[in-house]
Amino acid sequence: MNSRIIGEQVVRAWAVAKKDIRIYYYKPPVLISGILMPVFLYLAFLMGSKPVPMSFLISGLLGMTLFFTSTAVSPVVFPWEGQAKTLERLVSCPIAPEAIILGDMIASSVFGIAVTVVALIIGLMLGASVLNWVVLICAILLGALCFSAIGILLSVPPTAIPQNIMLLSTLVKFPLIFISGIFMPVDQLPPLGQTLALISPLTYFTDVVRISYTGGGSFPIGFDLGMLLAFTVILILASVVLHKKTMPLRI
Amino acid sequence: MSDAILVKDLTKHFGSITAVDQISFSVKKGEIFGFLGPNGAGKTTTTRMITGIIKPDAGEIQILGYNMVTAPLLAKQKCGVVPETSNAYPDLTAWQNLMFMGEIFGLPDAYARRQSETLLRAFELTEHAGRKVQSFSKGMKQRLVLAMALLHEPELLFLDEPTSGLDVSSSRLILSMLREMNKRGVTIFLTTHNMDEANNLCHQVGIIRSGKLIAIDSPEKLKNTIDRLHQVEVSFEQEISEDLLRIMPGIIQISHIGDKWKISGENKDALIRSLVRLSEREGLTIISLHTLAPTLDDVFLQLTGGQYS
Repeated sequence: MNSRIIGEQVVRAWAVAKKDIRIYYYKPPVLISGILMPVFLYLAFLMGSKPVPMSFLISGLLGMTLFFTSTAVSPVVFPWEGQAKTLERLVSCPIAPEAIILGDMIASSVFGIAVTVVALIIGLMLGASVLNWVVLICAILLGALCFSAIGILLSVPPTAIPQNIMLLSTLVKFPLIFISGIFMPVDQLPPLGQTLALISPLTYFTDVVRISYTGGGSFPIGFDLGMLLAFTVILILASVVLHKKTMPLRI
Repeated sequence: MSDAILVKDLTKHFGSITAVDQISFSVKKGEIFGFLGPNGAGKTTTTRMITGIIKPDAGEIQILGYNMVTAPLLAKQKCGVVPETSNAYPDLTAWQNLMFMGEIFGLPDAYARRQSETLLRAFELTEHAGRKVQSFSKGMKQRLVLAMALLHEPELLFLDEPTSGLDVSSSRLILSMLREMNKRGVTIFLTTHNMDEANNLCHQVGIIRSGKLIAIDSPEKLKNTIDRLHQVEVSFEQEISEDLLRIMPGIIQISHIGDKWKISGENKDALIRSLVRLSEREGLTIISLHTLAPTLDDVFLQLTGGQYS
């Protein structure tokens, strides 16, 4: 593929992203649940019996918000489109599978970022001040892409029944929350927990966000961002390779 | 005329089943090609391979000079695809569906808007442009899908059962649009079960059975291949039994439909003479007597061993 074709495919991926946002994200129930989710997370943690400093709490809340919203819809887009035969339309058009996947990822990332901004604003209103905005913005952008890629990867099994993917998605997502240093810093986890934390991209996101609020974390900033980038690249490559194999089975 | 579609030794297996078995054919630019076959014969698999939706296990597909396997994006840019089931996005409006196609085909915005307006008008959908497709009737959806396939002015159009299950007016509108487009030079690859449609529209017809292409020719030439089967349709004023007709020489088949007898024989002239002799001898009055030419249906049924789609 030459650079002109790559440029064209990026533009077409953006068209897919806009279509996804219109069809799957820009809907009252999705938007309302997107706004309510961070509100409820704050309420749940602030009303807990054990007082936790806001600067510590917010990194976990931002982590959960970005992780859950970026992986909320992306796993079911492929099954839905396979079921509605609209995937067949896309595949018969001059758009590469990579561009379709990129488009789905962009839409999911935009939604994840938008809801995380709501959580960020609530945090600011509650007095959580950011020490390093650049690191925080980089972390949110990279985290959104990384978690969206997880969502896309979860949709690889060629089923046309979205519920099957939702079940798989839940089975993968919830354990990650508990091993990623959201409820306590990674270095305070038991040895097995510390080892498992290393294989979760959410660990590095939570850690780098914690650094941007408190100045201190379990890993250096560069390492956290590098690991997020590495996970993003690996997850995207895996998604592309596996979706290319299973896409014909959906049609 | 050069080839719009060139298929060589195309093969596809699904597990141990060979869905398409080394088929080869070509469609000239500007032609309407009808692709016929019973259910499960390999029509859809072949069409999906030619349109780049699935990859073949072996063989070559050239679309307007581009290899569909090695250069699918360039080949697909030249094609429009209309599947049997409408696959417009139900949650988008007709206008949004058209605009999305414009973006996917890389059309400039102003051009896409102009084309969309023209096509919505041509397909009598202008007043429904702002409505979500989920509220459309089947005919409206099919017209929209055809408009979406035509937005980028493709040189080659693939249609799978474009008029199946549609009301008469939608069906006529689509068929007249196809003729119009073909006049403007668009090559059309039409998968259909409708023999009349194939007979009236197509320059060339290919018939597939069990994954193999068993015939490919113009409808008239195909009909001539079974011209040895002569048919006469006769109606008598009196009720008669089939046994009475069976005694005539050279009879191959007799069927009784309504008040008419359809008789197939080896020789049309001998058949008519026998019928006249029979009516004189038995004192019968002939109300009507027609000779029947073989139809594309007859060709299809004979070549596919009686399997109808």
